[in-house]
Amino acid sequence: MPYRMILILLGIVALVLAPLSQGNYGIYVLCSWLIFSIAAMGLNLTLGYAGQVSLAQAAFMGIGAYTTALMTMAGVHWSFAAAASMGLCFLVGLGLGYPALRVQHHLLAFVTLAFNTLVFLVLRNEEWLTGGSFGIVGIPRPSFFGIETTKQLSFYYFTLVVFLIVAVLFYGVVRSPWGRAFKALRENPIRANSLGVDIRRMTLLAFAIGSALGGLAGALAAPLVQFIDPPAFALVHSLKLLLMVMVGGAGYFFGPMLGAALVTVLPEFLRFTEGYYLMIYATTVLVLMVVCPTGLIGLGKRMVARFRPQRVERGDLKQGAQL
Amino acid sequence: MSEFVQIVLSGLATGSIYALAAIGFTLLWQASQTINFAQGEFVMLPAFFVLVGMHVIGLPMLVSIALALVLSLLVLGLAFKKLVIEPMLPHGTLPIVMATIALGLLMKEAVKEFYSAEAQPFPALVPGDTIRLFGATISAQDLANLAISMLAVLALQLFLNGTRTGRSMQATAQNPAVAEILGVNIKRMVLYTFLINAALAAIASILISPIYLAKFSNGESLGLVAFIAAIVGGFNQIRGALVGGLLIGVIDNLAATYVSAQYRAAVPLILLIIIILVRPQGILGKAEGRAV
Amino acid sequence: MNRRHILAVATSALMLAAPFGAAHAQETVKIANISELSGPGAPSGTNWRDGARMAIEEINADGGILGKQIEFSEYDTQSDAQTSRAMVQKAIDDGAFALLGTVYSGSTIVNMLVAQQAGVPQFTGSEAPKITELGNPYIFRTSFGAQKSMPKVGAYMKDVMKVKKVAVAWVNSEFGKGGHDSFVAEMEKAGIEVVADVASENAQADFAADVAKLKSSGAEAVFVYLTEEESARFLREARKQGIEAPLVGETTLIGQKVIDLAGGAADGALGHVGLTPDADVEAVNEMAEKFEKKFNYRPDHNAIKGYIGAYAIKYITEEVGEFDQEKFVEAAHGITLTASEHPGVLMDVSWDENGEVSRESFLVEVKDGKQVVKDILPAN
Repeated sequence: MPYRMILILLGIVALVLAPLSQGNYGIYVLCSWLIFSIAAMGLNLTLGYAGQVSLAQAAFMGIGAYTTALMTMAGVHWSFAAAASMGLCFLVGLGLGYPALRVQHHLLAFVTLAFNTLVFLVLRNEEWLTGGSFGIVGIPRPSFFGIETTKQLSFYYFTLVVFLIVAVLFYGVVRSPWGRAFKALRENPIRANSLGVDIRRMTLLAFAIGSALGGLAGALAAPLVQFIDPPAFALVHSLKLLLMVMVGGAGYFFGPMLGAALVTVLPEFLRFTEGYYLMIYATTVLVLMVVCPTGLIGLGKRMVARFRPQRVERGDLKQGAQL
Repeated sequence: MSEFVQIVLSGLATGSIYALAAIGFTLLWQASQTINFAQGEFVMLPAFFVLVGMHVIGLPMLVSIALALVLSLLVLGLAFKKLVIEPMLPHGTLPIVMATIALGLLMKEAVKEFYSAEAQPFPALVPGDTIRLFGATISAQDLANLAISMLAVLALQLFLNGTRTGRSMQATAQNPAVAEILGVNIKRMVLYTFLINAALAAIASILISPIYLAKFSNGESLGLVAFIAAIVGGFNQIRGALVGGLLIGVIDNLAATYVSAQYRAAVPLILLIIIILVRPQGILGKAEGRAV
Repeated sequence: MNRRHILAVATSALMLAAPFGAAHAQETVKIANISELSGPGAPSGTNWRDGARMAIEEINADGGILGKQIEFSEYDTQSDAQTSRAMVQKAIDDGAFALLGTVYSGSTIVNMLVAQQAGVPQFTGSEAPKITELGNPYIFRTSFGAQKSMPKVGAYMKDVMKVKKVAVAWVNSEFGKGGHDSFVAEMEKAGIEVVADVASENAQADFAADVAKLKSSGAEAVFVYLTEEESARFLREARKQGIEAPLVGETTLIGQKVIDLAGGAADGALGHVGLTPDADVEAVNEMAEKFEKKFNYRPDHNAIKGYIGAYAIKYITEEVGEFDQEKFVEAAHGITLTASEHPGVLMDVSWDENGEVSRESFLVEVKDGKQVVKDILPAN
């Protein structure tokens, strides 16, 4: 649809122009928005398309960030370090998801929750490798063909390029027959299974790819902040990422980006309320979830579908309703 | 030897508090598939109701505790069910998870902004005496915690198995559709569950705050531990949550002493993962069906 | 009229005219406070902020710095190092002349790099040794780092208490880890054996296992390096299990807040304090009283640090005579501010070439729920 293409092109132009009117801090916020969007897109694949709740996305960012930090500080180029980060997260994702998905669908949430805290403990306690609670300071920013990204603005464009590549690939995955299988899986696992979709393998792959994107986000976060420490990858950040996907709208392509924008930018807007901003923020999320659990994009769609009659299934009557 | 006894006894006393929070957790899950991520904050808040009663309104301690209990039932039971959970029930569990995370944050921030950011001393119901036992020291507070928790669990079991309302609640948890056909007012039964959870949270809060001190952030670790205890014990069994709570209390202490203080938090988590992989229904849970 | 008079008149005329000239655009100077206003560090960060705010209000009421009113802005790090870095960046973008904060050492180590790149002086409340070891000329402490306080503690344990075996209880965060490492190094130097080394989690509530382990370790003294609430919980558990070895701490263990929370269990605890509202110093006591009246709670050492930090910016700027960040930094290294001439610093204080601070400190014991000063330890 050309109409849609024009909108997307306009969006990209806006992304290119956005930092020009900003100070260093504004550019920093934009960078972290892009990075969180990548992590949230990964989680969206796990949650929105494969229907699995992962509470370890921050841990995968952590694994990616530490891998990249240690490798780039040892002199390896960022692109190799980032590839290694993604590969490692993919493998860890497979190792974590394989047994958990074997048992029962909602148990992945609990396993990942425990995993996130375990990763935090290892990062904090294994001082010889990770620098312990003091973290790692002075992670270099990469250069490509002689172009440095030390300046905030050039780092932003570097992040933007990575983000756009990820978005295009992600779009391709979702549109491919393989991606359609995900959707079939989410809508009706039993039918999908009878149509020849291997549920467990598909779900596991979705989880592992989602985790790898978390690793990539970490690989970008490390040179952005040039410092990493364990609390930055604690469980609360996994919850925050989950919030981004849910608020934006799980299962929608643009959901995570919208959600990430809200979660990173909303506190900025509310800062003038001083001590109350976290309360206002929490209330907003609470009300949104109560009023429209499908997130903001879902809210928009619901407005459109408002006048059509529909039957709502009662969740409280469903036995063993799934997570 | 005395060190070992000390560690186990202290672990049991702390574990009994975990158990109260874990039982409430289990009840909510059964009645409405609510995974309450604000459960820790539910245990944090009633202590501040007591403090408001004592220091802001100026009531005597026992009256303040009664007031806190009533407020807990209203806010953490009734309002939580009616305003937060009920509108979301048709949409499955995930929005509820997000909403309870937000609710926990809201409660924490509200206490911090409107009461205090600092820890508060909290009056104890029992005198500060200690008893020597096999070379270990146990305080009257510890014993009271154990006794009151056990009594609360026992009373709850008697209520659920011995009364008509209790059995209706079990029926609701096992099969709401059939229960409704049989004439059980399932909305009311679910409400009862929420009220019981609120009461248990209030009891846990009043028991634990003299030791932990009342602080807005107390719920963070408590919620997680209750969560682990519930799963380890068995998400569909009250006795399971009790055992899970006591077990986590003891294991945490043993791990800190004999394994590694740096990795003490890891041991319950590893236990959690093992339980999920080997026995997903929990130590005492039944594989099929749900029973309160 | 001689030449000097003419000069004076001309200068005053210029000064009168100044508000209509270039200076008109900038009648205020911006000082930014970046601290932990939410998250686990909120109590410390809020104390620090309130102390700084009180000082700024006093300075403004008194005519500001070099005649300029201070515009005080606050930034919340949410107790998170990465956010703190972003906030420092933002404060500098907003045109801050000098920065106050942060309290968390982990945050300061990160955000001081941003201030260094931008050349903005920064007064921090952090005490981790590393901060002044990195050769950053823009960072200044408001109270001395653990590497300065631990030798004082170590000397006291060795020479006065005559301890041979010691146990350490510490919180496993960047705060506790820094203190723990300096303390253990100091013990090695003093030839005292560390027989038990017990780490606890941040915000840990149950200290039964920790205390049981320390009790059976055979230590003659226990060094406790925990944050305030954990200190109180630790003291209660230690009292319950009846630890006989003396408990020695640094600043937090014997703070009034801890004494109140521990409810009698703190009696007998010893500790070394840099700044305390209970010190036997009149200026500090007055500041604490004013603070309590204004904010309705008792200040801790972080509030005093924030207060002194804000005043230090004023005094050093006035020493320089203009708002020049480079000259400020140059003047601040090696400066000594006496309390008699500069009442806002409360106690005589000096900064060395690394931004490290020197000041007298106290060795106190808790008796009947009050801090009693046993010894005044000279600046080192």
